[in-house]
Amino acid sequence: MKKEIITLAHGSGGRPTQDLIERHILPRFDSTPLKQLLDSALLECSGRLAFTTDAFVVHPIFFPGGDIGKLAVSGSINDLAAVAAEPLFLSASLILEEGLEVEELDRVLESMSRTCKEAGVALVTGDTKVVEKGAGDKLYISTSAIGVRRQIPDPQPALISPGDAILVTGPIGEHGMAVLQARESFFCNLELQSDCAPVWPLIDSLLKAGLKINAMRDPTRGGLATTLAELARESGLCLQAEEDKIPIGETVRAACDMLGLDPLYLACEGRMVIILPKKNAEKALTVLKGHPLGTQAMLIGECLEKPEGVALLSTRIGGRRVLAPLSGEQLPRIC
Amino acid sequence: MCLGIPVKIVEIKDQEALVEVGGLKQTIRTDFVPEAQVGDYVIVHAGFAISVLEEEEARETLELLKDADVIP
Amino acid sequence: MLSLEPREVLSKISKMGVSARFMEVCGTHTVSIARSGLKKLLPDSVKLISGPGCPVCVTAQVDIDYAIALARQPGVIVATFGDMVRVPGTETSLLEARASGGKVEVVYSPMDSLNLARAHPKEEVVFLAVGFETTAPLIARTVQTAKAENIPNLSFLVLHKLIPPAMRALLALKEIQLDGFILPGHVSAILGSKPFLFLKEEFHLPGVITGFEPDDILLALFMLVKQKREDRADIEIQYRRAVRPEGNPQALKVMEEVFEPQEANWRGLGIIPESGLALRQPYWDFDARRRFPLKIMGSREYPACGCGEVLRGVISPQECPLFGRVCTPDSPVGPCMVSSEGSCAAAYHYEEHP
Repeated sequence: MKKEIITLAHGSGGRPTQDLIERHILPRFDSTPLKQLLDSALLECSGRLAFTTDAFVVHPIFFPGGDIGKLAVSGSINDLAAVAAEPLFLSASLILEEGLEVEELDRVLESMSRTCKEAGVALVTGDTKVVEKGAGDKLYISTSAIGVRRQIPDPQPALISPGDAILVTGPIGEHGMAVLQARESFFCNLELQSDCAPVWPLIDSLLKAGLKINAMRDPTRGGLATTLAELARESGLCLQAEEDKIPIGETVRAACDMLGLDPLYLACEGRMVIILPKKNAEKALTVLKGHPLGTQAMLIGECLEKPEGVALLSTRIGGRRVLAPLSGEQLPRIC
Repeated sequence: MCLGIPVKIVEIKDQEALVEVGGLKQTIRTDFVPEAQVGDYVIVHAGFAISVLEEEEARETLELLKDADVIP
Repeated sequence: MLSLEPREVLSKISKMGVSARFMEVCGTHTVSIARSGLKKLLPDSVKLISGPGCPVCVTAQVDIDYAIALARQPGVIVATFGDMVRVPGTETSLLEARASGGKVEVVYSPMDSLNLARAHPKEEVVFLAVGFETTAPLIARTVQTAKAENIPNLSFLVLHKLIPPAMRALLALKEIQLDGFILPGHVSAILGSKPFLFLKEEFHLPGVITGFEPDDILLALFMLVKQKREDRADIEIQYRRAVRPEGNPQALKVMEEVFEPQEANWRGLGIIPESGLALRQPYWDFDARRRFPLKIMGSREYPACGCGEVLRGVISPQECPLFGRVCTPDSPVGPCMVSSEGSCAAAYHYEEHP
């Protein structure tokens, strides 16, 4: 049977567009505002809100452990989670390249729907456009999300204090390496899953335990090193991590050794760097480890007064070096 | 960039070998290490094995350090 | 790996009470030293200086411009190791040439260029053959394969450099005072220890061939300070697990078959006789310079760029007036700031600076 593909007609706004929406999109999402198909979603919520937006252009669109749909939903949810906001509503714009197989689109939509359910967020509005063959790379997705802020004061780098503990919720670099392998096939047998996931349920468990968080950030592009460097710069403090405490899976480590890459700069899409007062660190670690998304969480370092604005790494041989932000591209289009 | 990590040969076919480290497998060229056998560890540079590792040799350096203990 | 605590080795080095300056001439050593924070662990009396050990960095500006000009030729695909892509030429870089429509493909093994040429039979693939003695045999084997398999649309821009002649030229300048060399591990895996004997014979300087782990480098430093203390000047091998005194005869044979020594133009050191490689006559068909005789006009280095002095060890990266101000990894002026093995990039990324 001939494979059904996306054509420019699907972007015409006419019957094929309607068909795409009604047959492929709406049935997958349990969302009243979406099904109403009004020009704007009609929403009810009150309180202190957070709002975020992001675009996703990962190549390839399917990779072990995820796909561009799961990534797009997780990405926006994780940005909300980083300010301790509970995700409520999500919007998604899909830019389809002519020639995309409808079956591939279905798989991406299915995955978006599953991820929304996992994180308890509703897709309430969306859009699709089609571009000519060659003007895109199969599928780009832009998502925005609204959430309710659950902590006062909101976690932010300005709250970081000397003595605070630095935690990371799981092994780093798995997304970056999984996508790299999917793209370049360096290894004959790399069975590595991307860590791509919505981390809100994990962060929620910390908040529910009454643990005050000073700052959070998800170490996506530029990896853990860049995230620590940014948080150091923005807080004006020194963030010091210990090389042998940073969780790195055996596979990621071996792959990095063989490719000459630094795992500290590989992206994660389902991890969070959490900074909180030292007295809460042990309890936070216990809570994180008790959640399926945080079983391998680690306390990796602490915040110091000096040197100001710099992230440092204590090395295995007892030395100390700077963790600078990533410069240039290590890997293009990983998210 | 030189990669210091030794990889283990698990299969050899003509001038190519399948090597493994930490469960990861890769194909490399063996043009320059005709003596290499399955089970050997090799050092790889840009897709070519350039040296077969000798464990025995590594210990000699340590011996040398032990000698140094006599120095005050 | 080695079962000796780094701290123990450090304390042994300190106890020697030797005052000395050693140079490393391998970019991977430079990076390993910076990444492990090793310099600050050493006693103040032991100093480490980076030399011309980064292949991309020592490539002359005119050669980089040649590579960029090739990428701008219609119908040409430039295949290169990733390090070369962001290096600034006089006007632009390969990265920018690609952004404006040039074709640049990053490969991980020179053998990949064969597949690239097969996959694009209507285009010309040019491989940028950059690297020291570790890389040259691999390229030589690839050239032989291209000839044997009769691949007409593949050629090589040979920019290989040889380490021992550069070290000799550097010492002959007498600009810096050195007490010995940390010798490159994988260059020596190919060459063996013999090509470094001139250090002992001509300059009475010791050298230790070492691996890339910080532990390896610490051991090599211990061996160097010990030699200094005993006033010896031997070429020793710390990296015995991978390096034989005779090197790798198969690799040397292939390199010899395909290449012959010729003078080469080094950034910072200028033209050094017999310090580069050229394809031998039977392989001239695969010489990119013969296939694309481009005239490169107006090549010049950025005024005040300190890469030359940095590569000779005359100044440290931080002593370059451009370092961290005009020249950063995000907008590099010279190659030492952009190559992952460059000493300026290593200093910028890993060392504390204002």
